[in-house]
Amino acid sequence: MATASASTDFRAFLDSHLDRDLLRFTTAGSVDDGKSTLIGRLLHDTKSVYEDQLASVAKSRVNRAGNGRVDLSLLTDGLRAEREQGITIDVAYRYFATSKRKFIIADTPGHEQYTRNMATGASTADVAIVLVDGSKGILPQSRRHSFIASLLGIPHVVAAVNKMDLVGYDEARFRAIEADFRALAKRLGLRSVQIIPVSALEGDNVVTSSANMTWYSGPTLLDYLETVPLRVHVADQPLRFPVQLVVRPDRTFRGFAGQVASGIVRAGQHVVALPSGRRTQVKRIVTWDGDLKAAGPGESVTLELTDEIDVSRGEMLISPDAHSNSVPTVSTAFGAKVVWMHEEPLEAGKTYLLKQTSRVVRAEVKRIAYRVDVNSLEHLDATELKMNDIAEVEFETNLPLFFDAYRENRVTGAAILIDPLSNATVGALMIDRAVSTATRDRLPALLAAAHIDLAERLRELLAAAGHRAVVLHGFTPDEVPVAVRALQLAGVLAIVAGLVEGATVLNATDDAGLITALAEMGVTV
Amino acid sequence: MSTLLPTDAASSVAELLTPRKMDHLRALEAESIFILREAVAEFARPVMLYSIGKDSSVMLRLAQKAFYPGKIPFPLLHIDTSYKFPEMITFRDNYAKEIGADLIVHRNEKAIADGANPHDLGTQNCCGLLKTRALLDGLEAGGFDAAFGGARRDEEKSRAKERVYSFRDGNGQWDPKNQRPELWQIYNSRLKKGESIRVFPLSNWTELDIWLYLYAEQIPIVPLYFAREREAVIRAGQITLTYPETRLLPGEKIETVMCRMRSLGCMPCTGAIRSEADTLEKIIAELISFRRSERENRAIDHDEEGSMETKKREGYF
Repeated sequence: MATASASTDFRAFLDSHLDRDLLRFTTAGSVDDGKSTLIGRLLHDTKSVYEDQLASVAKSRVNRAGNGRVDLSLLTDGLRAEREQGITIDVAYRYFATSKRKFIIADTPGHEQYTRNMATGASTADVAIVLVDGSKGILPQSRRHSFIASLLGIPHVVAAVNKMDLVGYDEARFRAIEADFRALAKRLGLRSVQIIPVSALEGDNVVTSSANMTWYSGPTLLDYLETVPLRVHVADQPLRFPVQLVVRPDRTFRGFAGQVASGIVRAGQHVVALPSGRRTQVKRIVTWDGDLKAAGPGESVTLELTDEIDVSRGEMLISPDAHSNSVPTVSTAFGAKVVWMHEEPLEAGKTYLLKQTSRVVRAEVKRIAYRVDVNSLEHLDATELKMNDIAEVEFETNLPLFFDAYRENRVTGAAILIDPLSNATVGALMIDRAVSTATRDRLPALLAAAHIDLAERLRELLAAAGHRAVVLHGFTPDEVPVAVRALQLAGVLAIVAGLVEGATVLNATDDAGLITALAEMGVTV
Repeated sequence: MSTLLPTDAASSVAELLTPRKMDHLRALEAESIFILREAVAEFARPVMLYSIGKDSSVMLRLAQKAFYPGKIPFPLLHIDTSYKFPEMITFRDNYAKEIGADLIVHRNEKAIADGANPHDLGTQNCCGLLKTRALLDGLEAGGFDAAFGGARRDEEKSRAKERVYSFRDGNGQWDPKNQRPELWQIYNSRLKKGESIRVFPLSNWTELDIWLYLYAEQIPIVPLYFAREREAVIRAGQITLTYPETRLLPGEKIETVMCRMRSLGCMPCTGAIRSEADTLEKIIAELISFRRSERENRAIDHDEEGSMETKKREGYF
């Protein structure tokens, strides 16, 4: 029978559960550094393992822990091949909670062959735990993974110096590794770094403070994970709202569904739709739970706009502020850091499909600027990328992308590459910046020539320079912007004869004049 | 680089309205809605695998939210083994009607007519025919290229390895060593003819999250989840509710047990737990105190080590 007090208790309990935030972390390091054991220890010591699961592990034929101990790594290595070979092959996701936070662990493989899976786990992480074997020091794979963590913009990195039991819990040993890791972190530009001596096997400093290392006064790994500050969004971040889907149940409602990538969208505010540049206002922020006045990063909402403007999946709503950083870069050419993930190499000249937010375009590899030696961080020349290579690559797309640099925005700066034949996901992209090889970016969407013959000639000249263009005939002035936008989406330039609002007029009376005018726009005929 | 924007600094943001705090449940909800919308936008013919259980109930509510004020833009597909609890079937039909969902029921009628049952075939073979085969046939019959499933990664070790978009080959099979890398929230939906993707919007939810959400949202669930006295037979320590065709082994008798289901499956193969939790509040309180895993009472998971992995490879999930 529920008493008033019991139900109050329940309410309080529920509030505390609902109020906890969510931290995602990933583990990295070499094979045999003890990642799976560390996760197993974390789960075991926070009492996140059910008795029947522990019992099933205890009676497993495989046991690498020795001395009659339970092999905690078996709690996470779930595939048969993993148990047989004693290594982690693929990312496994684990969940646990303490009274302070909920956690999602991406337990990733250490083997070099599976670096792509490490990047997979790292892509959504708030914290990376880099395992370092205390008896071996920092190995190439720890370096590689720290580099990937920095590349993927993981806000916090914690080095867990493991197997301290094997080195007699020696402080000098730890301090030496600590100094090495600090030096590495500095070179990689990691901003938030914590270094903790642990023994995953014995449980030192994982969940409970170690009596074997009284010289260490810092937090245990769990203390750290429970208290490390999570990304807080600032109100003045620029709005990015990639449109996922148009929700149109009937004639009376047309909404744009999506997840706020950054910034805050408010009912009544002005927004600009990309790529059309059309301005409008947010009429309502619609959800099943009622209209909202504002929605922030990560919220999935549906926006109803005041004007009947045409917006589709793959387009983006942004705030119309004039500050330079409030506007994403719009370009068909850009440079990006690439983690290559496939046996088939990346080659210059090849065309892939690229997916960024909800936008899918064709992307040609123009140039491999350099490949990074992940140990020395040296830039090397490369003509192709092999599996697990990391490089700076320049791409050109058939349609413009709207993006921010990845270091500014982990949603709009990220993309994947898909092989158009096999459909495999072959690369992860972190966009750096636009590059200026593409003249198309500098060309206005609508060009005007004085009369129809000149307009046709302009089209020929543009075609000769490799630009697709059409001359618009028979459109009313009202219809022109719609046609221009549709063409722009298809990567085609529009040309009109005579004066039309919004058109860039080429002041030319003959061929030579057209060529000069085009040259000024960067088009060489 | 950008030339698109009008330069008008006069933003209409007069008041600084703060959005709601994104606690963990709201973050999970938003992520699931994102996944549902993404799949609906990119696949030609998605379907939701509706198992009538608590996870399905949550997934269904998330779908209602994702496409609001529109209706759910895909049908629900229930794979009926013919061994589901009658309460489940009643609930399914009433609820689908109530929310206006398009419900498809698919059964392996041939195997059912041939008398397929777990006693004679063993759970492994019975599941293979009545669940996996029926599922693959049902998906093929509907021409579905994407199927939403309510699987959670916290359920079982091989499920912990699943992608949100789980690629299946032309035979509906899963290859754990050849999964597409899945970065950020950018999902690869590209398929060749005959291939399909299982989409798991609840991947990052835990059992407790599901119950907290059912409570917070007051979502209807099958009454079997709530404790009351029920007729059961206790076999090898497992409480199995009896039904008209229950086969009693020598020495077994039917008794009345105060119990409830923690997870719903087929009548012969899903055990109940002793419990007095007859409200959502009590279930949640009980769950916090549990020391045994949710699927412990599912015979099919424990045939041998890695049996879930085997079934998943064959097309189950």
